[in-house]
Amino acid sequence: MTTATEISRKRTGFWATLSLNDRRTEVITGWLMASPAIFLLLTFLIIPFFLAFVFAFTNQRLISPNPTEYVGLRNFSRLLTVRLLILEPLTNEATGEPVRDENNKLIYPRVREFTRNNPDYPQYNGLKQWLAWNIGQKRWVLLAGDPVFLRSLYNTFLFALVVVPVQGGLGLVLALIVNQRTTGVNIFRTIYFMPVVVSLVVVSILWRFIYDGQNGLLNNVLQFITFGAFEPIDWLGNPSTALPAIMAMSIWQGVGFHMVIWLAGLQTIPPVLYEAASVEGANGWQQFRYVTWPGLRNTAVFVLVTITMQAFGLFTQIDVMTRGGPLNATTTVIFQAVQRGFEKQDIAYGSAISVVFFIMVLSVALIQRYLTRERD
Amino acid sequence: MTVKRVKGRWHNVFLVIRYLLMTLLGVVFFFPILFMVVSSFKPDLQILQDTSSLRAFLPVGELSFQNYVEAFERAPTERFILNSLLVTSITVILGLVVNSMAAFALSILRWRGQGVVLSIIIATFIVPFETIAIPLLLLVSRLPWIGADGIVFGWLNSYHVQIIPFIANAFSIFLFVQFFKSLPFELVEAARIDGAGWFQIYRRIIIPVSGPVFATVAILTFLPMWNQYLWPIMVVQQEEYRPVMVGLQYFFQLNVAWGEIMAYLSTITVPVLVLFLALQRAFIESIASSGIKG
Amino acid sequence: MKTRLYTLVFLLIALVLLAACGGSQPEPAAPAAQEKPAAEAPTTAPEPTEAPAQSAEPSKADPIKLSLWYHGAGNETERAILLQIIEDFNSSQDQWVVEMQDFPQASYNESIVAAALAGNLPDIIDMDGPVMPNWAWSGYLAPLELSEGALDGFLPGAIGKWDGKVYSVGLWDAAVAIYARRSVLEKYNIRIPTLDKPWTKDEFDAALETLQNSGEFEYALDLGMAWTGEWYPYAFSPFLQSFGGDMIDRSTFLTAEGALNGPEAIEFGKWWQSLFERGLVPGTSQDGADRETGFLEGKYALQWNGNWAALPPLEKYGDDMLFLPAPDFGHGPKIGAASWQFGVSATSQHKDGANAFIEFAIQDKYLAAFSDGIGLIPSTRSAAAMTKNYAPGGPLEVFFDLSKEQALIRPPTPGYPTMALIFEKALADIANGADVEATLDAAVDEIDADIEANGGYGFQD
Repeated sequence: MTTATEISRKRTGFWATLSLNDRRTEVITGWLMASPAIFLLLTFLIIPFFLAFVFAFTNQRLISPNPTEYVGLRNFSRLLTVRLLILEPLTNEATGEPVRDENNKLIYPRVREFTRNNPDYPQYNGLKQWLAWNIGQKRWVLLAGDPVFLRSLYNTFLFALVVVPVQGGLGLVLALIVNQRTTGVNIFRTIYFMPVVVSLVVVSILWRFIYDGQNGLLNNVLQFITFGAFEPIDWLGNPSTALPAIMAMSIWQGVGFHMVIWLAGLQTIPPVLYEAASVEGANGWQQFRYVTWPGLRNTAVFVLVTITMQAFGLFTQIDVMTRGGPLNATTTVIFQAVQRGFEKQDIAYGSAISVVFFIMVLSVALIQRYLTRERD
Repeated sequence: MTVKRVKGRWHNVFLVIRYLLMTLLGVVFFFPILFMVVSSFKPDLQILQDTSSLRAFLPVGELSFQNYVEAFERAPTERFILNSLLVTSITVILGLVVNSMAAFALSILRWRGQGVVLSIIIATFIVPFETIAIPLLLLVSRLPWIGADGIVFGWLNSYHVQIIPFIANAFSIFLFVQFFKSLPFELVEAARIDGAGWFQIYRRIIIPVSGPVFATVAILTFLPMWNQYLWPIMVVQQEEYRPVMVGLQYFFQLNVAWGEIMAYLSTITVPVLVLFLALQRAFIESIASSGIKG
Repeated sequence: MKTRLYTLVFLLIALVLLAACGGSQPEPAAPAAQEKPAAEAPTTAPEPTEAPAQSAEPSKADPIKLSLWYHGAGNETERAILLQIIEDFNSSQDQWVVEMQDFPQASYNESIVAAALAGNLPDIIDMDGPVMPNWAWSGYLAPLELSEGALDGFLPGAIGKWDGKVYSVGLWDAAVAIYARRSVLEKYNIRIPTLDKPWTKDEFDAALETLQNSGEFEYALDLGMAWTGEWYPYAFSPFLQSFGGDMIDRSTFLTAEGALNGPEAIEFGKWWQSLFERGLVPGTSQDGADRETGFLEGKYALQWNGNWAALPPLEKYGDDMLFLPAPDFGHGPKIGAASWQFGVSATSQHKDGANAFIEFAIQDKYLAAFSDGIGLIPSTRSAAAMTKNYAPGGPLEVFFDLSKEQALIRPPTPGYPTMALIFEKALADIANGADVEATLDAAVDEIDADIEANGGYGFQD
């Protein structure tokens, strides 16, 4: 295969032979041929993108007779503000002893007394409780402008953190299993790929049935395998299992695609390298470590980048299966952007969420690029 | 190839284990789809009862096309399928032309600004559609269109509002660029010396050798277009333009009947699956080719 | 490879051609659109009072098309009745032709909002009652102009008022009741409540515990948690109101403080949470099909459900079937009012025609037809008398009285749609074990922030 540097070298040589007129034709043709795509992307992607950017600094509503106003960074500060509040337990004024309730637990003042129109604590005004824990007798409360958004940031990162390596890794395992010419392998390859062809909406509806807490297929299968010892779980209704359930389904749906990409990568590795490794007495793991894996470098970068983008954009599964619940366990950044912008009719706030999302994904993309850069 | 060759008995043991593993995985990947199709032929009550045994995956009991009959009565399903086919296939074809031309200009030709243009195009890859949907709606509702009654403003309720915004695609351009860059440049050079114009080179030289990447892009455009869901809800108000995924909502208001839902899901999924099985090798090989150069 | 590629391209082109042929001959997706007015008599000149502008040209022009959007796609009975009304209207005069476009309910409001944004609303809009103030405030609706007395005798819940004007009217109202079986209640010695003497909170709780402990049912009560969306505020905010709380302070409509997080609301929240903790009701992950069939199959002893679902159990259980009034949690039994209603869009070029249609549609015989077809409560007593189920002595008569006695409309404010989503989420979170006080406080904050961001939605201090 011709490498990129070879092409550009040849290309430069060729370029030098061209007349000025030819070069001008080439420039004009270049713009002409690229212009339909440039025009379409500009109109239907870049302009709306900048509109969203502008909305984020206003109070624009979806439908409203009120005028639109510039509000500066208000939407962003509401999204991202986090403050710590430390509460002392209530004390008996006479004795100075902490008061305890019937369960012998300390009683703390209501957070709301600090966050709602309290002139002594203007910095807490309008904030809501996000997390709280006890340290000694004191109660530490983390307040945030929008705890649901912070939860969706957390969920989105968690989803990406689990799905990217698992889906990528499982894809590689599948590719290694089916990468040979034995009877029937083609059939398995096809089957593993099938879910990719099925719409995510369809898959999500189908899996709602599988995850059902009562008649669900999954519970029945698990009970069958464990001879009835397994206690049925309401997979999507339980805050601790809902996101993992959606992760599993997403991997099930998408892994076939990445299996095929790994497969393509595997087939570019010259067989002669394996033969050489065999001759030198390398075992299976050593072959993988020193021949297969280095040969898959470019494929790995591609797989990493595509799964990451997919994972950060998590929306359809959530919208169809859980609508962010239970208890915000499955809410995600894009789901919040749609929920605020469209359903709650607050375009400005939804757009601000989108802007934060862009910055986040761009940073992740740049970090990935830095980490996977070619080191010579 | 990657597995060490072991002779004799051990070889057979490994083979058995490998096939067992492949079969187990096959069950995991195939059974949910099988369940969907099998259930679409069963009455509601039986679907629920069968979930407690292997019967869930077997075409047993009272089988009939009743669910299909009812699904087609409840929603104009055939119309929705036709709409989706129309929108999807036109987008795919126009997308192939527009994106490959742009990629040709960006990878084979040389012109000032192409580096910047390519970088911007690739950067747009991170914009999820959901985040620009509302501004895009505001935009398309004011765009002019030349129709049968002269120039009208607003693109709602049409096929083109479902097609045009999705023709140009950053990822498609990226795939084309990667592929074109890997082609031997001598091809272009020779044609150029023979006096061929750039457009001719694109059409006569580049397209004929780019089968795999065209197939890849076609498939990667086909799937998301077939699955369009949020956008049609916003821009299509007339039933005659609705696509299949919006039709799904006809089944989730009153009288939720799983049999009918399974029938509708199967109806909109099985054709794509059949298309996939028919063109299976081209499908997989072409997607595979997108990774090699990645 | 090449052959396969050509096959692919060929297939795609074939599909396009196939689809294009279909596209050029649209199927009668909306039969109403094809309907020609039956009474088209070319000799009939329009009455001068109705069309003064046409005096220059008295000959009959083509009738003017009026568009109507409806939320019932996928619901054949409902659609058939509405189409009948449209057909009758179209043939009753030759000035207007109404054309219906129906939408799946799940995304109906999104479709309307998108159309409003794009300036593409129809002449006649069908809308869920509580959403009306939002659309009226946003300037997408025009007040109705019906003739004097057209709305006399209508149930209050069927008339949509905002800012002192009537914007919408419903052909029916809906009511919610506790579905029960006489035999079951008698078997467990549970008193059968009446409109005058409903269950108290303690009686209700005791009944639920008894039924649950009997082991005969999976759950004592099905609240319908599977029906996400408007069902939550519609069906559950009346419980809150019966406790003495509300979604918003109705004296000002400017804050939810004290209404949604006062002691009464917190008491409600704790009771609500206890239903799920005690395992008396299915949770938020309930499957839609179970909601549909659970009571009929005897999985649930009681069910909190609307009258639109009353016909199947009535058919199955006959005389054994009971529709019980809401329990009284201290401030009287309450149920929600206002269902789907018709209004006229502000952008309609033919408001007179749109009003004429609405006035035509609210005749008693159509009210009765909807009631007989899908079990809804006709909006007038006189129409009720014409129906199978709501006539005096009819099996569902109780609903008509429920609707008259207990119904309370959801807060008539443009902030309602947002408030409803916030309320829904709060109830779901509490059901899933969230801290009651903190959740209600957060909901209040969010509602208040939304009201403030919208300049009070037209209300002032």
